[in-house]
Amino acid sequence: MDSRVRGNDIRKIMTAFTSYFNDIYRAVSSAMIGMRITIKQMVSPTVTLQYPRVKKQMPDRVRNRLYMNFDDCIGCELCAKACPVDCIDIEVLKAPPTVDLGTTSTGQKKRIYVTKFDIDIAKCCYCGLCVYPCPTECLKMTDVYEFSEYDRHNLIYNFGTMTPNDVETARSKVKQYDEEQAAKKAAAAAQAAAAKAAASANPAPQAPSVPPAQNPESQKSSETPTT
Amino acid sequence: MENILLLLNDPIVLSVLLALIPLVFILVYALVVLYGEMKMAAHIQNRLAYMENGWHGTLQPFADMLKLLQKEDIIPDAADKFFFMLAPYLVFVGTYASFAVVPFSSEYVGSNIDLGIFYMVAVSSLVVVGLLMSGWASNNKWSLFGALRSAAQIVSYEIPGVLAILGVVMVLGTMNMQTMTQMQDGGIQNWLIFGGNFPLGQKLALIPFMFVLFVIYLLSSMAEVNRTPFDLPEAESELVQGYNTEYSGMKFAIFYLAEYANLFLVSAVVVIMFFGGWTSPFGSFMSGPVWSAFWFVFKGMAFVFLNIWLRWTLPRLRVDQLMYVSWKVLTPFALFSILAIGFIMVI
Repeated sequence: MDSRVRGNDIRKIMTAFTSYFNDIYRAVSSAMIGMRITIKQMVSPTVTLQYPRVKKQMPDRVRNRLYMNFDDCIGCELCAKACPVDCIDIEVLKAPPTVDLGTTSTGQKKRIYVTKFDIDIAKCCYCGLCVYPCPTECLKMTDVYEFSEYDRHNLIYNFGTMTPNDVETARSKVKQYDEEQAAKKAAAAAQAAAAKAAASANPAPQAPSVPPAQNPESQKSSETPTT
Repeated sequence: MENILLLLNDPIVLSVLLALIPLVFILVYALVVLYGEMKMAAHIQNRLAYMENGWHGTLQPFADMLKLLQKEDIIPDAADKFFFMLAPYLVFVGTYASFAVVPFSSEYVGSNIDLGIFYMVAVSSLVVVGLLMSGWASNNKWSLFGALRSAAQIVSYEIPGVLAILGVVMVLGTMNMQTMTQMQDGGIQNWLIFGGNFPLGQKLALIPFMFVLFVIYLLSSMAEVNRTPFDLPEAESELVQGYNTEYSGMKFAIFYLAEYANLFLVSAVVVIMFFGGWTSPFGSFMSGPVWSAFWFVFKGMAFVFLNIWLRWTLPRLRVDQLMYVSWKVLTPFALFSILAIGFIMVI
């Protein structure tokens, strides 16, 4: 019994000894492995891009700053309706058919004055949902991603090319056309009434004159609050 | 011109000028190492580090220095102002005073005293007092933790370190650092790490023990200068920089300067003890006062490089692991080596 206990003790001491030296060996060898790795990394080329001077190639179809080709806009407001954060602000004015606004590059005829086309890029969430509904493909997302500003009001991009003067002239044209239309209508109504009166012989009181219809379009545009 | 020569003849002026040499060296070296360490750290992590100021950011250390010089010197309200102000200077003085006995070249050693390495060990312990003082005077629990850790660490690692020095002193029979270097003169085969200038049998028997003592001194010196993997006193992640949390501006800069100067000091001691100090590895080729200064700085910088390399490789030890390494591994090995060296030298 004595010898067995002694044998156990010796074994315990031996395992303690071997584990002690094993620990030292493992510490030294793993430090060596680590140092070999770090020195290899040190001489290997760096991965840093000197950003403002060297830029990373952006992938195709990247969605960054919105670009809008105002010449192609037909004022359909589909983009503003699609926008989930309401960052597109459009004001339109229906042009009278007598005015020729030209055509878009896709050959569509422009019928509406776009008096205001603002995109608040600070609100934009870069979802790209406004791009797809556009019938003339005038909105697109570019790969420009550096457009910080000192004043956040500068982040509201005015794409509309109509000056306040242009808008005024457009309004007056619309008004004039409306008045002409109203006058024509009144004249036509009067004529019709007269004809009716003539047709229905004697009882011919004055036909109730139709009040000239207000142009709903112009009214709306003047009432929409400007932001 | 004659006036200047007359002034140089004055022993006081001359000794002041000679004492300024290590200070100038420390200042220049600190700038180089500040830049070198950041670059090495970055390249180990595949980054570039400073690139803006000067060619590859070489002017960055000067910019950093300028920033530290013009920074406001904040002293916390609750701090013990006198000791708070004193501590960084004490730390730096402890390090700078140790440079007095370091032989920079065959012709230049600040003070060629016979107790050289003993004096160095004694004076560099002043650093502990300074660190403890800064931690206590800051009146900040993290600073105090850092200072206490640093005191425990430096005191316990001084034992294997001093035992390793003792082994070398037993082999060379002198504590004068200039004499220690001269005894290893005559080429790379005479360096102590390769057995020193002894008969072949003794030389071969000494090599393994010299290597063990070298590793022990290297590890304990790393612990003494508070660098990773032994940087518990200033563990950024746990102690927000430990004892120098509350320091700013020039005082902080002086702590940094002292740390880097200490780093070179322990590297210099390793070089003097095991790698022949200022001696040329090619015997009499490329030796002389200027070449010897070059060799000394070159070898010292090589060990500074090794320190930085290790810093960016190994993670920090735990406190219990730290004590385990010191008391249960380094100290027994050092004692055993001293015993064996005693036998070898007697035989």
